[in-house]
Amino acid sequence: MTMRARKARDLRPAALGLGALACALAAQEIVIRLGLVNRFIVPLPSEIGPAFVRIIVEEDVLGRFLMTAGEALAAGLLLALVGITSGIVLYRVNLLRRAYETWIAAFASAPIVLMYPLFLVIFGRNAMTIVMMGFAAALPPVILKTIEGLSATRRVHVNVGRAFKLTQRQLFTKILLPSALPTIFVGLRLGLIFALINIVGVEFLINFGGLGQLINDLAERYDLPGTYAAIGFVVLVSIVFFDVTERIERWLRPGS
Amino acid sequence: MLSRTEIAKPQVTKAFLSVERLTKRFTTPEGVVTALEDVSLEIPQGEFLAVIGPSGCGKSTLFNVIGGLVDGYDGKVTVTGDVVRGPHPAIGMVFQEESTFPWRTVVDNVAFPLEIAGIAKRERIERARHFIALVGLSGFERRYPAELSGGMRQRVAIARTLAFEPSILLMDEPFASLDEQTRLLLGEKVLQIQEQLRQTTLLITHNITEAVQLADRILVMTYRPGRVKRVVDIALPRPRTSDVVTSEAFGRYVAEIWNDLREEATRGMQEDEARARGGQGT
Repeated sequence: MTMRARKARDLRPAALGLGALACALAAQEIVIRLGLVNRFIVPLPSEIGPAFVRIIVEEDVLGRFLMTAGEALAAGLLLALVGITSGIVLYRVNLLRRAYETWIAAFASAPIVLMYPLFLVIFGRNAMTIVMMGFAAALPPVILKTIEGLSATRRVHVNVGRAFKLTQRQLFTKILLPSALPTIFVGLRLGLIFALINIVGVEFLINFGGLGQLINDLAERYDLPGTYAAIGFVVLVSIVFFDVTERIERWLRPGS
Repeated sequence: MLSRTEIAKPQVTKAFLSVERLTKRFTTPEGVVTALEDVSLEIPQGEFLAVIGPSGCGKSTLFNVIGGLVDGYDGKVTVTGDVVRGPHPAIGMVFQEESTFPWRTVVDNVAFPLEIAGIAKRERIERARHFIALVGLSGFERRYPAELSGGMRQRVAIARTLAFEPSILLMDEPFASLDEQTRLLLGEKVLQIQEQLRQTTLLITHNITEAVQLADRILVMTYRPGRVKRVVDIALPRPRTSDVVTSEAFGRYVAEIWNDLREEATRGMQEDEARARGGQGT
């Protein structure tokens, strides 16, 4: 296969994804123009496009994007630190695991976002509340996936480590952790999605901060194209985090 | 290129392996199962011993006990008189299952025991390359296991164990998942390595041709509980290649060992069927 043909092949997934998005937008445009969907509820994609440029110029989107991304980053770092550490502790201490794993799984389905008044009382109306809400809502998948990843380490890999007389610490850092990394990263990515949903939701609810507040403002002004464009920037934050975590995973655990 | 004498650990070069009156029982939901009963064997330095027996004769238990991965047994395992109470520095293990680390390249897999031993990166890479060459995988150093065939991955696992520089090499059906041709060729590779390194080797297998192709002696085990049924000396000339399988003497040994094994394998099959029928009834 020539270099050019290989490059073209590598671009196919991206082209397919973008093509599907373009088709969906075209379909949306058609059904709205045909009157099958009310254009006062769902705006025309052809109106959303120019709204991107408008809100960048008029609504300080870059600042808001950075604020939401910063909050998501802070929540993500907390998640990695607390979530992975908690998962490791629960994996190591069977009693704790048996005592708490079910509770954590149950906590994952709790509508944490409804607890925002409590967080407001504790942390005040500031970014800390938003970060802590994102963190709390996203913690369970990170803990559960860390436990799952460590537990799924192949017995033969542990035996190889034992045969080479690895210490418990070496066994953990050289075998258990690298083996569990893909599953841990699944948990982190899930956690970041949960965190971002809650961060934007709380920004919206308390009318503070980044893109969530912007969505609230634009919705209250009934600027539907602007609202959808702002939601597009939330998706962009998610894409950035997904891409970054994937790169970190590949760097930490090549060959997978 | 490093020679064997340059990289050997002087304290373990004269090791030989002894198993004395080994009995191992497991507690299962159905009751206590005796996997091994009163098993004794001795392997002089440099000998290649194959242990063969039907499924369920305790071969893998024997492998795990000698490798120090299992405790709670009666009897004694010693390496040059030193009692084995856990993984022993003189013993290297090659496992039946695919055991390479998928997150490490071939060279990093092979260098793994050297990394654990705290050897400087440049030196461990140099040594790893030597063992990669020994198993015939030069040129694949930077590949990941996912990019290799099953036979190549098992060779990486063998090279990794050899890099540990054990005096005794334990192998538990290392070619079980490979096709017959690859198995014969890898057997030839193992013979070449053994000729070169003169390691004491214990091979656990259920494959008669593999055992006869490789071993100096073959220990035939009974079906559960695993006992030593018979030891057969294989007087085929060395150095051997895979061509040995075409000789008349090879065929005679295979037939002789199959005669011993047939009875045990039949008994194993009948007992398994009886257990399955009993399980259905309950």
